[in-house]
Amino acid sequence: MTQNFVQMRELSLHILDVVENGITAGGNCIWIEVEESRKKDQLKIVIRDNGRGMPTEKMKNINDPFITSRTTRRVGLGLSLLAAAAERCDGTLRVDSQPGKGTEVAATFRYHHIDRAPIGDMAATVTTLIIGNPGIDFVYSHRVDGKDFSLDTREIRTEMEDLSLSDPVVIHHLTESIRSALKALATGVDNFEP
Amino acid sequence: MAKLTIDDLKKIKEKTAKETSLRDGPASIKITVHMGTCGIAAGARDVMSALMEEMAAADRQDIRVVASGCMGMCSSEPNVTIETESSEPIVYQLMDSNKMRQVFKRHVLLGEVQSDFALAKM
Repeated sequence: MTQNFVQMRELSLHILDVVENGITAGGNCIWIEVEESRKKDQLKIVIRDNGRGMPTEKMKNINDPFITSRTTRRVGLGLSLLAAAAERCDGTLRVDSQPGKGTEVAATFRYHHIDRAPIGDMAATVTTLIIGNPGIDFVYSHRVDGKDFSLDTREIRTEMEDLSLSDPVVIHHLTESIRSALKALATGVDNFEP
Repeated sequence: MAKLTIDDLKKIKEKTAKETSLRDGPASIKITVHMGTCGIAAGARDVMSALMEEMAAADRQDIRVVASGCMGMCSSEPNVTIETESSEPIVYQLMDSNKMRQVFKRHVLLGEVQSDFALAKM
């Protein structure tokens, strides 16, 4: 594969992309886990959906961009790009899928590998997903060296009462809250101001 | 464990309540940001973020935003489709955050189609 192959600039963009796949697969709840273990030199990203899953024969060719069940075009790139990104950094991509139950995609990277793309703006990824997919719930957890942050839109929806997660003003404030929480995680500060 | 707590949500709610009135009623304008692999790689998330900011500033209750997949025209991504009651859907191509702001202010709010950025009428 040539090195000027298409690349996503941020891992958060890969996450956005793979999550959209899960939604297309008919899931109504998506779990996103990011685990940064700087001491162990490992970064792990897990994306799980409760969609319709994939049949076994599809799984064999999961990284082949020319095998796709989509109908809009004949090439499927999302997982192939993520697999390439992981393998470039001495990592792996694993996909587990059960028809009728859902699919789990897990990518690992060597954290300090020179080719590892930055995680990027996870707050924008999460809130873009929330606003663009009003009927879908998201559970997001992000761990950095044992400290973690989590968000569950099912809980948020019950707490927010009359306010809606499709309100852009809510989304704006939510984005800022997540951003400062993640910044606090990365710098090791416990408290954050929403 | 850091978590988005009830207090945080209350703070968001207070801030939000000051800035908006209750949003109900039917949507008369639909904005679709196409977010397939191709769109995301070309910058669709930045387009969506800019759109969110403009939406928050405009405080209009009749505009709905949705994300959708690839339309099959990957080379013209990021694509954005605007559907209003008064005209046929317009697909914009090669969008970025500035173009999105312009399209929102002129087309969505004022009804002036920005044909320089348009790919097609549907």
